[in-house]
Amino acid sequence: MILFGELYFFACAAILLIPAIILGVLEKPIKYYGFLLTVVFVGLALWEKPVDIIYMVSYLILELVLVLSYLRIRSNHGRKRGWFWTFLMLSLAPLIICKVAGLFGQNIFAFMGISYMTFKSVQVIIEIYDDLIKEVKPFDFIYFLSFFPALSSGPIDRSRRFDEDLSLIRPKADYLELVGLGLFKICKGLVYKFVLAQAVYQAITYLGGGGSLLSNVIYMYSYGFYLFFDFAGYSLMAIGTSYILGIVTPKNFDEPFISIDIKDFWDRWHITLSHWFRDFVFSRFMMASIRGKWFKDKLTGACIGFMINMLLMGLWHGLSLSYILYGLYHGVLLAITEVYQKKSKFYKKHKKDKWYKFVSWFITFNLVMFGFFIFSGRFLEII
Amino acid sequence: MEEKKVREIILDLLEEICGDDIIREELDINLLEEDLIDSLDYTELLIGIEENIGIIMAPSELTREEMDTPNKIVAQVMKRIK
Repeated sequence: MILFGELYFFACAAILLIPAIILGVLEKPIKYYGFLLTVVFVGLALWEKPVDIIYMVSYLILELVLVLSYLRIRSNHGRKRGWFWTFLMLSLAPLIICKVAGLFGQNIFAFMGISYMTFKSVQVIIEIYDDLIKEVKPFDFIYFLSFFPALSSGPIDRSRRFDEDLSLIRPKADYLELVGLGLFKICKGLVYKFVLAQAVYQAITYLGGGGSLLSNVIYMYSYGFYLFFDFAGYSLMAIGTSYILGIVTPKNFDEPFISIDIKDFWDRWHITLSHWFRDFVFSRFMMASIRGKWFKDKLTGACIGFMINMLLMGLWHGLSLSYILYGLYHGVLLAITEVYQKKSKFYKKHKKDKWYKFVSWFITFNLVMFGFFIFSGRFLEII
Repeated sequence: MEEKKVREIILDLLEEICGDDIIREELDINLLEEDLIDSLDYTELLIGIEENIGIIMAPSELTREEMDTPNKIVAQVMKRIK
């Protein structure tokens, strides 16, 4: 079974979510039934690949042991860098092993969702270091990592937010409103993924082939829209389903194609991923660099911060040249945007003008589309 | 540290970071919507709070909505002093 990808899944989900709705309406906790659903759907998705089930279970146990051990060490030894980095690297290890083994054609830890689960494990380690997390309940942690609506491709939730929803019993009227919103999101997601994305895909297949300039241009724009409708559609369905289970998973897309600059774009496209990188990589790097006075001015630091941030994001997508290039491309764009917006008098004078916003939107839109062209791999094929 | 002192330090920091003294007059101004602060500025603000008030705040600790006006920022810092 492909989660959110075929009729079989939707038929099962429609039936299996009914008891969750009954629990919600009766104002009873949904979390245990929700976890049972996760076990059922992971089982259905992976039953043909038992090795993946073994990998996933061992991953979950490993991360749980790491988090609990680090929690104990943190409370006994305090805020120590050495311990922090040791546990951070250990919790990243399965993903790194998976990606490197993939380069040699080996499948180690290559189970569905490992990339997204790693974000969740790592953020818990970081927040224990920051003393924001003082307690980890094994059941809640395992459920947070494996929560089936967001398992294969996000959105990436935050553990403290997730745990609050888990322990919250909503009044009947609030819960029903949430279910209504959830169903609406699922319907919108279905239209995005199975109608609009499929329609645009036809354009890619019929008009985007061949080596001419025109076909490459058509490919570039249609691929960008395809990526949006496919991924935003999936995200909407994942969010809608989690609402029914009482979890208000954060939104992942917010009209990305109306962005007026690249910074704006990253607040609208794959939001939970870019904000994860902002909070756990970029901001931390910037704070360390200001504290340690690594660079002679803040702007230089910011540019290097953006490059590292986006390069890591590219690498996370996969160890291929196209993804690395995609990351670097956005790193450079963000750095240029930052310098321009901080230094240019022209920008400061005109940034609120209508014509300026239009020009800025037009340039951003095309830069973004070119980024997707790199991401698709086609760019490296034609050069 | 008293609230008055904390407020003064934070307003000084914000004035420097945002480059606009409007934040002194309108303490409920939305810094994000008015385009006065971005991700980079937030890191400077957190470092400023750490160095001048001695409160360590992690970048992932609060959502942007919990810290989007001068008044909210002062309140969040005060909560950690008490």
